[in-house]
Amino acid sequence: MYQVVGVPLILNDLVRHVSGDEVGGVASFVGVVRVENAGKRVVAVEYHAYPAMAEKVMREIGTEIERLFGPLRIAMVHRTGRLSVGEASVVIAVGAAHRREALGAVSHAIERLKHEVPIWKKEFYEDGSEWLEPAPTSPTAGLNSKRGS
Amino acid sequence: MFARLRELAGSDALEMEMTEGTTLGELWGRLQERFPPLRGFTHPPLMAVNQEYASPDRALAGEDEVAFFPPVSGG
Repeated sequence: MYQVVGVPLILNDLVRHVSGDEVGGVASFVGVVRVENAGKRVVAVEYHAYPAMAEKVMREIGTEIERLFGPLRIAMVHRTGRLSVGEASVVIAVGAAHRREALGAVSHAIERLKHEVPIWKKEFYEDGSEWLEPAPTSPTAGLNSKRGS
Repeated sequence: MFARLRELAGSDALEMEMTEGTTLGELWGRLQERFPPLRGFTHPPLMAVNQEYASPDRALAGEDEVAFFPPVSGG
């Protein structure tokens, strides 16, 4: 499951999606809107996406974590639109036969997602707003790099 | 164009005719001519063709779907 959606994210939906008889462990990550960033008080954030490409890149990340960690059940969903503090912006859940693969795959997937998936965050403060723009990197470098980073 | 680039250009999508073989980098230059506020975007944007990351020397063909955008900040 790889989706960009405009509705609130429900962790349990993803956990259910990656559960199964062969799954011995489910690990998940929930990214949440934080009240403070770089010393500024955040009142809301807006996520914008290039949805078709975002889902495609998330699928590529899924392929990569299966190459690194073996057979997995994967669910990766990012929310777009305006979110308040405390709301979930992204949820990743991975089911694997064993905990080590599940935990490693989730950790790897969220790092990749933050660097490669075409989604952008605009933060709103009490006195204005700002697009967050990390220093430019090459997003394709990660996907093509050798395994085991 | 997405995120801050869209705001600078005041447009999210447009169709442009180009001669076969025009590169992504050349197209970005033409967009900066057409939308001067884009010149304020100092570092080169990320570029994608048909929903895959591509480099500025990529030659365009046919009905390619091209996207320019700032560094990503999802998650």
